[in-house]
Order: sequence, then C-alpha cells, then structure tokens
Amino acid sequence: MSTESDDIQTLVGQRYRHGFITDIESDSLPPGLDEDVVRAISARKLEPEFMLEWRLKAFRHWRGMREPDWAHVHYPTIDYQQISYFSAPKSDKDRPKSLDEVDPKLLETYDKLGIPLHERARLAGVAVDAVFDSVSVATTFKEKLSEAGVIFCPFSEAVTKHPDLVRKYLGTVVPHRDNFFAALNSAVFSDGSFVYIPKGVRCPMELSTYFRINAANTGQFERTLIVADEGSYVSYLEGCTAPMRDENQLHAAVVELVALDNAEIKYSTVQNWYPGDENGKGGIYNFVTKRGDCRGRNSKISWTQVETGSAITWKYPSCILRGENAVGEFYSVAVANNLQQADTGTKMIHIGRNSRSTIVSKGISAGRAQNAYRGLVRVMPQAEGARNHTQCDSLLIGDKCGAHTFPYIEARNPTARIEHEATTSKISADQLFYCRQRGISEEDAVNMIVNGFCKEVFRELPMEFAVEAQNLLNVSLEGAVG
Amino acid sequence: MKKLLEIDNLVAGIGDTRILNGLSLTVGSGEVHAIMGPNGSGKSTLAQIIAGHDAYTVTSGTVTFCGRNLLDLAPEERAREGIFLGFQYPVEIPGVNNAYLLKAALNARLKHEGKKEIDAFEFMKIAREKMSLLDMDPGFLNRGVNEGFSGGEKKRNEILQMAMLEPRLAILDETDSGLDIDALKAVAKGVNSLRHPDRSIVLVTHYQRLLDYIEPDHVHVLSKGRIVRSGDKSLATELEEKGYDWIREAASA
Repeated sequence: MSTESDDIQTLVGQRYRHGFITDIESDSLPPGLDEDVVRAISARKLEPEFMLEWRLKAFRHWRGMREPDWAHVHYPTIDYQQISYFSAPKSDKDRPKSLDEVDPKLLETYDKLGIPLHERARLAGVAVDAVFDSVSVATTFKEKLSEAGVIFCPFSEAVTKHPDLVRKYLGTVVPHRDNFFAALNSAVFSDGSFVYIPKGVRCPMELSTYFRINAANTGQFERTLIVADEGSYVSYLEGCTAPMRDENQLHAAVVELVALDNAEIKYSTVQNWYPGDENGKGGIYNFVTKRGDCRGRNSKISWTQVETGSAITWKYPSCILRGENAVGEFYSVAVANNLQQADTGTKMIHIGRNSRSTIVSKGISAGRAQNAYRGLVRVMPQAEGARNHTQCDSLLIGDKCGAHTFPYIEARNPTARIEHEATTSKISADQLFYCRQRGISEEDAVNMIVNGFCKEVFRELPMEFAVEAQNLLNVSLEGAVG
Repeated sequence: MKKLLEIDNLVAGIGDTRILNGLSLTVGSGEVHAIMGPNGSGKSTLAQIIAGHDAYTVTSGTVTFCGRNLLDLAPEERAREGIFLGFQYPVEIPGVNNAYLLKAALNARLKHEGKKEIDAFEFMKIAREKMSLLDMDPGFLNRGVNEGFSGGEKKRNEILQMAMLEPRLAILDETDSGLDIDALKAVAKGVNSLRHPDRSIVLVTHYQRLLDYIEPDHVHVLSKGRIVRSGDKSLATELEEKGYDWIREAASA
C-alpha cells in the first residue's frame, strides 16, 4: 500500500506542476479542468497509457463543443471550471456529521421506504465508516461469478486487470466525441462497473451495483461497460430506490452495452437521486448517455427504467440494432413532481434486417413539473423488414404540470413497419370519487391509478425491484393531489 | 323498526342552483325503498349527497346515519361506515385491476372495523363465491375496472362490489338504465339475493320496470327536490299508468 501511494505521489508530482496537493488522504483536485487535471486523474488511477491517451482525445474534443440546449429543461448555466473533477472519497468535514444534520424530509422518506437504519447514514452521505453489512453474501456472490467466468468489477480495476477487453470495447458504442456530456465523461470519468460475460454463459445471478464492493463514491462521472459475448445472457440492476444525496450537483454518466451474436442484455435502472426540496433547491442534474449496441445476429438489449429522482433528468437509453433479427426494447416510467424536469426517451436505430424494437414510455407529471418524452426511431436503407411499436402515455396529476411528446420517425426503407400510439390522461375527479366511495383514501386511490398506469413497465423489472419501484412511486407522488 | 338513515328538511344544490328543497326521508333497517321521479327532480343529487360528493353544497337540513351526522364525514369514511353507492355511470379506471380495487376497498372497510385484513388467497375465495351467486364469469376480476365493459357489465360489476362489501345502506342510482331485459333480470336477481334484515336498499329509478323484479317496501315520488308522495308498491303501478304529469299537477295543486 505504501509503495503504491509513493508511486502515485511520484507520478502526480511529475505531471502536475501547479502546486497541486499530493497528499493522497485529502484526494481532491481543486476546481477546474485542463489537460493536467485529466493527466492527474489517470495517474491516480495508475492507468495504462492507452487510457490516458483516450481521455486526452476526449478532453481536446470536448473543449471545442457546446453544451446542448435543445432539451426541454431549464437550469442555470454550469461553470465547468468551478467543478472539482476528482473528489472520490469525499472529505468528512464537508459532510453532515450525523443524521441530525440531514434534511428531515429525506429521513422521512427513508422511513417510508423501509430503509434499514444502518443504511440511511450511508445514503444520506453522513461521514461514517463504510461498513459493508453483508460481507459473506458478497463473497459467495464473487465465487459463484468467477466459477462461471463472469467478470464483474469496478471499471478502474478492469482497466488494469483486463486492459485488452477494455481497449477492445471502450468507446465503441458511445465514442468519446459523441456528445458534450459523454465527451466530458470520457475525459474525467471516475469509476463505474465493468462486466464481461463469456461465450455461452448465462450469468447465474442478477448483477447489481449494490453488491459491488466499492460501489460507494463512484462519483459524478460514472462509466459502465457491459459486454455479452456470443450466446450469453446477463441481467444488470443499477441504482437503488433510496434517495441518494450527493454534493455533486452535476452527474454525467455513460453506459455502453455490447451484445454479440445471440446474446441478451437486460439493463434495469431505478434512479432516485435527490430531486431537491419543494423549491427544487439542491437537486441533482442527471445528464446521462446510455446506449446499447446489438452488434450480433439475434442479439437483444432491453432497457427498463424507473426515474423518480433528480432535479433535471436528460437521458435517452438507446439501441443500435446492427445485427440481423436484433431486438431492442425500452420500458420507462418517468415521474416528475414539484419542480422536477425530465426530458427522457430513447433512440432505436434499425440497421440489421428484420430488426425489431418496442418502446413503452409512461410519463407522470405532478405539481409544477415538466415531463418530456423524446424518441427517435430510425430505419436505415439496409434494414429490410424492420419493425417498431411505440406506445407513449402521459398521466397528469393536477393542473399546473406539463407533459410533452417529441417523437421523431425516419424510415428509409419502404418495408419498414412503424407504429406510434400516444395517449394523455388525467386522474379525474370522477375516478377519485369512485374509489373514495369504495372506502379507499384519495392518496391510496392516486397510488392505485398510477401503479395501474405503470404496470406494463413494472412487469419488466425483476420481481423484488418491481415491488420497491412501486413503493417508490407512491412516496414520490405523496401529496400530489390536494 | 330501527332507523338507519334519516334525512330531515335537506336543502342542497350546486353553486347557486338549488336542487333539493327541503327533502325528508327515513329509511329503516332492512327496508327497500324506491325513489322515483321525472328527470331533473333531484334523484341522483340525493344519491350523490348521501355518498358525499363535494360538488354539492348543503345549505340546511340534516342527514343522520346510525345516529351520526353523516355530513361531517369524508366520502371514504362514509363508505367504511357501510354506505355504498351503485353509480349510474361507473367510471373506467384503466390499468387498475378489478380484483385489486375490490380487495383494497374490502380491506379498508375491515381495517376501519378493527378486523383483520384478508389476503389475496382468501379474497379470491370469497370473490369466486359471490360471482357464482351472481352468475358472473370469474375472468371479470382480472380486467381493468370497468375498462371496456358493456353497460350491462358495468352495472353487474357494481352489484358484485356491493355483494363483496356487504353495506348497511346501498343506494343504487338508475341501476336499470341502459339494460336489456336479460341484464336487468340478472342485476335484479343479484340485488334480491342481497336483501337482508341488516341491509337497507334505496333504488333510484325513473321507470317502474325495475320494481317488477325488485319489490320495494316503500315508494316515494320526488318532484322539484321534495318528496311529494309516498306509498307502497302500488304507487309505482299508479305512476306507470298515469305518468309523472299527474304528480306534477298534484304537487302544484
């Protein structure tokens, strides 16, 4: 350990000439972003040369890019030079000292979701020693996976232990110059997950970030890469229903999925970042690039997401259906309450013959929130026989919120079949009165109607996740009718 | 006979429009009452006010249920106390499973009464029994609440809910409207099977037809927001022969 930190100190000392702190304990870079910062991050992670080169390419490209402004969201201008790009272990003095210093509303929510007491402090970002409460579970878990030959580890570990795999697939789905936030992520990403499922292996369990030791503090620029080799299958769960606090307001994650011939990846997300208080103060900006590449024949990628958190969500999990008979699916529930803004949807790019895609999007708006669905279905000339079905439903609760739908359809092959269905509904006074006349309280009635509205998506979630997601929705919409 | 519902001199309406003008009515335990009257006489308003719809404002008068002031209670509290309204136009709630709504309603009631809530297994058992009693297809339970139901199915679904919830007072608002003769018979059979000394039923109807199948103990004629005539079931027959004009004339005389 000591030699390792010596190495780091030497490396950092060499490359960073601006009197930058070399004390590994404090481990935080001062705000600002330039090439030296990118080098420093790479050095601290003891990355091989190719990784640094890749980061630098991304950074140089990012410098010339403009922040996108087409999304239906509004927020104050972000000063990218005011952000610290390496703050992995947060310093204790900036954190709440105990749960007494945490927003009581947040604690109330933990209570309602039934989060165990010892978990609450960690989620709220209180300075406690990180104790993994089920070490034995994690150990069994790791053994089982290695027996199957599955690689599931922090991204930084993969870079050093499996550099060939990382090199082969990194940036092949979301290139470093893809978009403003993806380029930024590529330059400065802190950590994330790496998954490789070997040929013909069906991953013996759901992979969940929760069980990844070292999961805490992956920071604001997370990067995930999942590769499913020929004939393999994996189901990956991201996130957690508990509202997570983080002092980093800007989050720009990148997720890349690669499915080779006959492989299937199921990626489920429950995202509940702190949305801010009722006035939207302190909420997370979540600008994410998620994309899956159905590279092989008969490959399948399925995205399921339940989005309830964040002040702003900008997120379009997409599928590139390159292989023949490739299948892409997108199931989404996005909830926006109070002052939350969500601009989310998907892109299905049909390239392979007979590729198929399904989109089911359920947007719920309450309070003064704005919820937008933005989707693209593109059928390339070579995608003979491509099919898409899109269903896009919005539910409004109250009369101060908004729902917006921006579907884009581009068909360049005459054999393509594309269907788009959309509905907008409002929870009506008649529906509520009907339920109340049957003895069901107004709040329970709203929950019941909302859950009914989202059923098609919840069905796609792994069982235990589905139950949690349902509870989460109820808590998120509490007091929405009044 | 024990008094279950007592309405005394009720004046109510929507906004500035007065609909009920000093209506009084007493329903005893186990009785079946029919409230008849021409369109716009206030029949449905009365049903909605008893159930607690907040679109209506009560200006004066009292409504007492089992000795309690009913007007103080929220709609869900009234329901849990045992008041059931069979809606004239049951609303569709897409995506919400019929069984789910019913189970939630039943458990809300049981909880209110301090009884143990029932699980899905027990619920299905009871529901199947009630459905066979009403000649209903069990597949009904798995459909969305009233979603895509025919008129007859919606009304039958209301009766199923009534059978499950076993109310002390059921108000059936125009349950016969829009039903063909077979559906009407089926609904009437269901209602008759639910007649019980501890359960009162108020039938709100425009036509005498329903009363051929459900025999009321009392018939009241409503006109311009007041009960202008009460009698036994022969009053209904009289109405059928003479029409409502006769009542209107009698009322203004």
